[in-house]
Amino acid sequence: MAQTTVAHGAAPAHEGHHEELGFWRKYVFSVDHKVIGIQYAVTGLVFLLFGFTLMMLMRWQLAYPGQVLPLIGALLGESRTPGGVMLPEFYNELGAMHGTIMVFLGVVPLAVGGFGNFVLPLQIGAPDMAFPRINMASYWSYFVGGCVMLASFFVPGGAAQSGWTSYAPLSDIASSGQTWWLFGMVFLITSSLLGSLNFIVTTIQLRAPGLTFWRLPFFVWAQFVTAFLLLLAFPPLEGAAFLQLMDRLAHTSFFLPSGLVVSGQALQVSGGGNPLLWQHLFWFLAHPEVYVLILPAMGIVAEVVANNTRKPLWGYRSMVYSLIFLGFMSFVVWAHHMFITGMGTTMAAFFQTTTMIISIPSVVILSSLFISLYGGSIRFTTPMLFALGFLPMFGIGGLTGLPLGLTASDIHLHDTYYVIGHFHYVVAPGTIFGLFAGIYYWFPKATGRMMNETLGRIHFWGSFVFMNVIFMPMFIMGLAGVSRRLYDGGASYAHAQGVLQWNVVSSWGAWSLALFQLPFIFNFFWSIWRGRKVDDNPWHATTIEWAAPSPPPHGNFASQPQAHRGPYDYSVPGAARDYSPQWEGVGA
Amino acid sequence: MSMEIPYTVEARPDTGLTNGKLGIWLFLASEVMLFGALFASYVMLRVGNEHWPAGATYLNIPLATLNTVILISSSVTMVLAWASIAKHDFKKFRLFMGITILCGFGFLTVKYFEYSAKFHHELFPSTNTFLAIYFTLTGLHGLHVIGGMAVNSYLWGPGSKLYKTDPVHFTNRVENSGLFWHLVDLVWIFLFPILYLL
Amino acid sequence: MSDSHDAHKPAAAHAGHSAEEVDHHVRAAYYVFGSLLVLTGFTVGAYFLHLPKHLAIALALLIAATKGSLVAAWFMHLVSERKLILWMLVLTATLFIPLLLLPVLTVADHIKLR
Repeated sequence: MAQTTVAHGAAPAHEGHHEELGFWRKYVFSVDHKVIGIQYAVTGLVFLLFGFTLMMLMRWQLAYPGQVLPLIGALLGESRTPGGVMLPEFYNELGAMHGTIMVFLGVVPLAVGGFGNFVLPLQIGAPDMAFPRINMASYWSYFVGGCVMLASFFVPGGAAQSGWTSYAPLSDIASSGQTWWLFGMVFLITSSLLGSLNFIVTTIQLRAPGLTFWRLPFFVWAQFVTAFLLLLAFPPLEGAAFLQLMDRLAHTSFFLPSGLVVSGQALQVSGGGNPLLWQHLFWFLAHPEVYVLILPAMGIVAEVVANNTRKPLWGYRSMVYSLIFLGFMSFVVWAHHMFITGMGTTMAAFFQTTTMIISIPSVVILSSLFISLYGGSIRFTTPMLFALGFLPMFGIGGLTGLPLGLTASDIHLHDTYYVIGHFHYVVAPGTIFGLFAGIYYWFPKATGRMMNETLGRIHFWGSFVFMNVIFMPMFIMGLAGVSRRLYDGGASYAHAQGVLQWNVVSSWGAWSLALFQLPFIFNFFWSIWRGRKVDDNPWHATTIEWAAPSPPPHGNFASQPQAHRGPYDYSVPGAARDYSPQWEGVGA
Repeated sequence: MSMEIPYTVEARPDTGLTNGKLGIWLFLASEVMLFGALFASYVMLRVGNEHWPAGATYLNIPLATLNTVILISSSVTMVLAWASIAKHDFKKFRLFMGITILCGFGFLTVKYFEYSAKFHHELFPSTNTFLAIYFTLTGLHGLHVIGGMAVNSYLWGPGSKLYKTDPVHFTNRVENSGLFWHLVDLVWIFLFPILYLL
Repeated sequence: MSDSHDAHKPAAAHAGHSAEEVDHHVRAAYYVFGSLLVLTGFTVGAYFLHLPKHLAIALALLIAATKGSLVAAWFMHLVSERKLILWMLVLTATLFIPLLLLPVLTVADHIKLR
């Protein structure tokens, strides 16, 4: 069996030659990747909940435009909800910050900072990340960025309200909340750069003996490619943020064209700028960013599928090649977000072509995961339920992207609810399901206890049903031509009248979805203290993290693990058990 | 720290790299993308503006040429600083690293004169798009000069204590800091003709 | 690409570099220094030629690229660096080019209403 000692609780298995750290150095300013991973994960989950709450407020206004927001409307003050009715400016704040918080403060910190930090060193048999102090710096940079973003709600004029995309020239002339957003983004981008650097060096340099690249779990590959996306795509957005800060603070005109008139008055700036420059620099990051959103989740789903079908992943090599190809292509498709900006047919055709090509590796990965189910002995554990839910939901998300990537249909669908439906399918029942699967799956490694299965099932089914209730009608609304970012949900437009009832459906779906997160929140905390205790490898998994004690001590492994085989040796013919762990010697 | 992270000092056999060497190159790659975005902005703004002033209209070419020579020289002294410490000559390392830092001061001093002359003539980033991108590009580059000087000063001063306990580790740090400094030089090599001479 | 870091040498002793290798680097650095000064002269000299705009840009970039390559190859040791690093830089360069070119191409290819 496993050659590591069983050690529960926080006591390290080997003290080595270090002094006992105080509370602050051990739990707050820790350089241990597991502590940092949990910090990222918990902070990320809190931000996800907060971002979701912002949306629940918006959904009231969308379902019942102009009506008094119950209970909360009276509490938010005259500048946001005078007489209890949401102001359009406040709606815009909620919209911009919902997107920003979910993407930059919620999903990526949880998926990359949380799961990547906690699992990756364990899965490659390393004692920690290559640069533990830089790891700590990256978390605190994220934390500061998050505080800046939250603080922006309380400045005069409120938080950023020019969309999470902050398009110029509106964002250039917006109130001070936008400046806070820009500074917040600088901290977040710094955090990402430090983190991605660490992940790449760790994966290349700290793999255990015998762990060649082709023996890496798919999760590690996914995090590795994601790290390259973050490393190379974020700097242009940092540059763009500097330029917008210059526009707002030094009165330059990087994004302000000549002759711009605002509320009847010509703007007193030099002009000569180009609003499209912002869009190019923004989307150069933001397109690879959406792959940053999905890749870690695909990695998690792959692990959970292999483990719960008791057979190797089908098409592992193709999946890895697809990951790499996808990562590379993600850098040359960005202007498909800009088809309507007046670009000529040549450039539009270029970006349409690259966009169609990039759908191929996604299809390969999704199909391989589906095919991996065939002939498997499927265990319907909670992680597996979420992984199985992910597959068709990501399929819907991906397929609905096709009419957006084709310029002819995009003319009608751009900036409508169809787009919102598309990307939410990919991120919500897509990525977030993958992340839930990961939480249920790796909870026993982090705590030595299992989360409750019954509560897990309730969480899954409620989330699955109500995410579809929220987002499926959006395709209908989008096809009817209802624009996004309208604070009345389209109520003042004649062409929207026939589909407005779907706003009510989506809203009740959102509030119901919230209710079904309560079992999860309760389960998460209750299980930390009262969950069923389990041994080091309760899922009978093959990857190296399961060789460490649960929870792993500082330094992770009692002795350096070695990899003797591939990552998914399940049901090997002739083996004594239906799993042959990667770290066990041949013939053990 | 209770455990050693492998390959911090000695290279990993199959990749032939230390963690720090790989890490600094990745960081430099991200810096290339950062300055690349600003260069792309320059290109897009210039193409989009019919009337684009020649650099000489506003900028001082002799001063910038001097700055170019200063930075190139500082890159050489940086190589010499590393070479000295690699051959265990701590005094020479101190000398050449010191000169490198002083060259950085020289560069910033020239920049200070350039900027104050502009402000004196009421030429600000807000005046026109050319000046906006000039101040932003050279300003961000200047911040990188300051950053490089800070790291080099640390290695010249308090950081040099590491040489006594782990000379190889210290030499690696000097080499990696040098790589950053050379990138700062490299960016200027492009900035100079693009902004001043075209 | 030849690799001067021999895995059999006592790796820790001189951070992977023998005294001869270091001296070689230093000599190369002096030659590069001289070349860079000369090329800087060319950079400024080209300005005084007052060439037509496109030619001036092409020449300036060519000279700058040459200088940059010298700095990268010898000051930054890329001539003797591991393949892994070189491939990462190739990847970066491959992404740098669309970043530089595509935005301006969309401006150039803008739809015309008249």
